[in-house]
Amino acid sequence: MTAPDKHALLRQMLRIRRFEERCVELYSASKIRGFLHIYIGEEAIAAGVISALRDDDAVVSTYREHGHALVRGVPADAIMAEMFGRSTGCSHGRGGSMHLFDAQRRFYGGNAIVGGGMPLAVGLALADRQTAATRITACFFGDGAVAEGEFHECLNLAALWRLPVLFCCENNRYAMGTVLEREHAATDLAARAASYSMPSRVVDGMDVVEVANAAQEAVAAVRAGGGPYFLELQTYRFRAHSMYDPDRYRDKAEIAAWKKRDPVAAMLAHETDLDALEQEIAAEIDAAVRAAEAAPLEPVGDLTRHVYAEASA
Amino acid sequence: MKTTYREAIRESIRQAMREDERVFLMGEDVGAYGGSFGVSPSGSGTRRCPSPRSSGAASGLPWAGCGRSSKS
Repeated sequence: MTAPDKHALLRQMLRIRRFEERCVELYSASKIRGFLHIYIGEEAIAAGVISALRDDDAVVSTYREHGHALVRGVPADAIMAEMFGRSTGCSHGRGGSMHLFDAQRRFYGGNAIVGGGMPLAVGLALADRQTAATRITACFFGDGAVAEGEFHECLNLAALWRLPVLFCCENNRYAMGTVLEREHAATDLAARAASYSMPSRVVDGMDVVEVANAAQEAVAAVRAGGGPYFLELQTYRFRAHSMYDPDRYRDKAEIAAWKKRDPVAAMLAHETDLDALEQEIAAEIDAAVRAAEAAPLEPVGDLTRHVYAEASA
Repeated sequence: MKTTYREAIRESIRQAMREDERVFLMGEDVGAYGGSFGVSPSGSGTRRCPSPRSSGAASGLPWAGCGRSSKS
């Protein structure tokens, strides 16, 4: 175990925060259309967990995945262009916010279906086990996914076959607008994972150093062949579920209380040259927006492509 | 040529497993039971993954397995 690099973790969290703040502006200006789910408040999880992975490990994500993609190394240009629906986007502009995908970086996608990524993650891990690879798959999902049938099938399969999956439950307490207590008869999600015979642990998802330490331990255990591992990362989204959500189901005092535990603000004191960092990040985002605005839409002639496999030339 | 559905499925699985050593069988009772409809070729080892009754998960698992094994 190495001590987490606080500067690097803050840098990743701040990239997500500033990138998404810009996305909100661009959405209001109708430059970004469709659905948009903002991760602000939850950045410590993407930064802490994905920083603990190797480049050849796989990541499977959710529809709130901009942060996971950024930390994974999907270029901000390719993500922003995807949001704009441009052909230079990481999914050629066909996916938009919920379907960021980059096979080269083993980022196997955002997924619009709650729990939809879980069977894919178990499949990736099964393939690695069959070929004796030492890489692992990190699978992100929310507390809402725990109520889906696939969650239980996947935890059982991964534990039964001792597959190298790191299950990362981003418990932000709300499945869209339904609070945890109205969604689950048993609200201790880590205990339910433990019932499938795998190590399971609750982590403060608002503390990036705690997340990074827990992730390092979990990744090492999975890579050593110990089978799957479950992290329940307790967190909170500071903004509404999506841009369409008027957020009437949460108490303002509850939101304010969680905002006092802002994972980004908590780390700012550790940064000696915040101005330089902010400038570096602003330049990265400015360039991404400029490139997206200048990029072409997909030609109409391509409409029927990418449906069936094409014969190589 | 005349054949049955059962024999056609059995033969296609056989061919796929012969042509690519990464191909493996996954499903209910493909191991010791021998395949409940008599279509899976007999055998054992890592190329047989008898699986629990998890049809939701099974719809996603092979997709990712295929995507992964076609590379590296």
